[in-house]
Amino acid sequence: MNFQAIKAIYIFEMSRTIRTLIQSIASPVISTVLYFIVFGSAIGSRMQNISDVSYGSFIVPGLILLTVCLQSISNASFGIYFPKFLGTINELLSAPVSYVEVVIGYVSAAVTKSMVIGLIILITASFLVDLTIEHPIWMIAILFLSCVSFSLLGFIIGIWARSFEQITIVPDLIITPLVFLGGSFYSINLLPEFWQKVTLFNPIVYLISGFRWSFFGNADVSIGYSISAILLFTTICILIIWRIFWTGYRIKS
Amino acid sequence: MSNIIEIRELNKVYRDGTIALDNINLDIQHGEIISLLGPNGAGKTSLISTICGITNPSSGEVFVDGYDIKKDYRKTRKLIGLVPQEISLEPFEKVLDVIRYSRNLFGYSNDDDHIEKILKRLMLWDKKDKRIVELSGGMKRRVIIAKALSHNPKILFLDEPTAGVDVDLRIDMWKLIKKLRSDGVTIILTTHYIEEAEEISDRISIISQGKILLTENKNELIEKMGQKTITFIVETKKNLDSLAKKFDLSITKNNPLTMLNYNYKTTDDTFNEFLSDLNKLDCRVLNIDTKEKSLEEIFLDVVGK
Repeated sequence: MNFQAIKAIYIFEMSRTIRTLIQSIASPVISTVLYFIVFGSAIGSRMQNISDVSYGSFIVPGLILLTVCLQSISNASFGIYFPKFLGTINELLSAPVSYVEVVIGYVSAAVTKSMVIGLIILITASFLVDLTIEHPIWMIAILFLSCVSFSLLGFIIGIWARSFEQITIVPDLIITPLVFLGGSFYSINLLPEFWQKVTLFNPIVYLISGFRWSFFGNADVSIGYSISAILLFTTICILIIWRIFWTGYRIKS
Repeated sequence: MSNIIEIRELNKVYRDGTIALDNINLDIQHGEIISLLGPNGAGKTSLISTICGITNPSSGEVFVDGYDIKKDYRKTRKLIGLVPQEISLEPFEKVLDVIRYSRNLFGYSNDDDHIEKILKRLMLWDKKDKRIVELSGGMKRRVIIAKALSHNPKILFLDEPTAGVDVDLRIDMWKLIKKLRSDGVTIILTTHYIEEAEEISDRISIISQGKILLTENKNELIEKMGQKTITFIVETKKNLDSLAKKFDLSITKNNPLTMLNYNYKTTDDTFNEFLSDLNKLDCRVLNIDTKEKSLEEIFLDVVGK
């Protein structure tokens, strides 16, 4: 294992985050805080409790995951797309670095950034709404797994993309609607029965439900299903990445 | 001299059907400077990219210091430094950081003494804290060379290293290449500048349409392929037509002088006979001039232009 190379990729990626600190961290945090103020404090104070949880608190897990998922995709996709765009990926391809090491380097940097953002939002939220976490270890585990799986997805998007526009297509047109419709701001039990069944095809439901369970101890779907869904999604992403490197898809000519 | 790179029946066909490498066989010896000469699209960069791992070969084998580039890619890539044709650098990073990054990618920890030596050798030391975006084109080219040297490679690939650089930098580059060779580094160079190949190479390989047309020692190539045209200005009253026919001379008459052009090859054994015949015809030689065929003319002959 070329640990030196993994460390180099990781530090190189993190230094970009530090260089662009406002864009990388402050901007997603500010936009999430605005969500809390508008939906949590302003409108939320007039909403009914959901499963004995105030609406302001109820939306915290969903809002954290919304930001974390989008940031994971954005960080990892830009991380690998940028070297492709600049041509510096050739240095990576000609170095004694395995594909696994490349993925670990880029994805771990993306995961670190997303985890930091997620935790900052959580701390910020604790100042704005009443918040308790019933299963803190599970909360960190689900947050971490969500960051890993969506960073892997971001890595795939970064390799697939041929332009900066394509990088934003998947998060804007697929992930954001799925997160919004996956119960970020409501319990899926509030939906009519037919739409509840349709919603179960949305993989994000399992993610948000599991994460919300770690906060409040109750969930739309069982925690076992949630963990299985996250692991299944992570496995699929790993298999796709393995296939990409095996065939050299959009990396090697 | 032993081989440090052995290329066997290497083929590369791109997805669109373009044949970039067509059954390439080539041995590169330890410590030599070999130039790959060829027109645009000849396959020079494809060959380098395949050896370095940037491009997958369609078939064939490449061994670097006895190791297979696929099975033992970690060992082979550690031996190789690559200076690509395109200047690809992270624009907002500092010079020192991008060079450290390259060294780390090759599995080595930071060694700032070593990096300092490289930067000083490339006259980049005073720019070490500058961001890439602040450097001139020539300086950026020096940075990509520094990156390639950061892990002390035994083999250095230089893909068009002096394309678009000024004369001073080109001469500096030639000095650096010669110095690296004297340190034991094997250098494989692709270039459009034939005088560059002529100036610094030990051997020359000419590539066209994915095929290696010839690989020769530079001096032997010039001697073997090179023709000398020997021009004699003579004064004579005799008819020289039979002499011209016998030795395939071109003659220009301007009474009382005649100009004879004799095409001489090192393999030629009729030159003494020609001189003897010239003497028999009572020709008084007033002037002799020789013109040697340049590497450029040889190159154009070989690639069929």
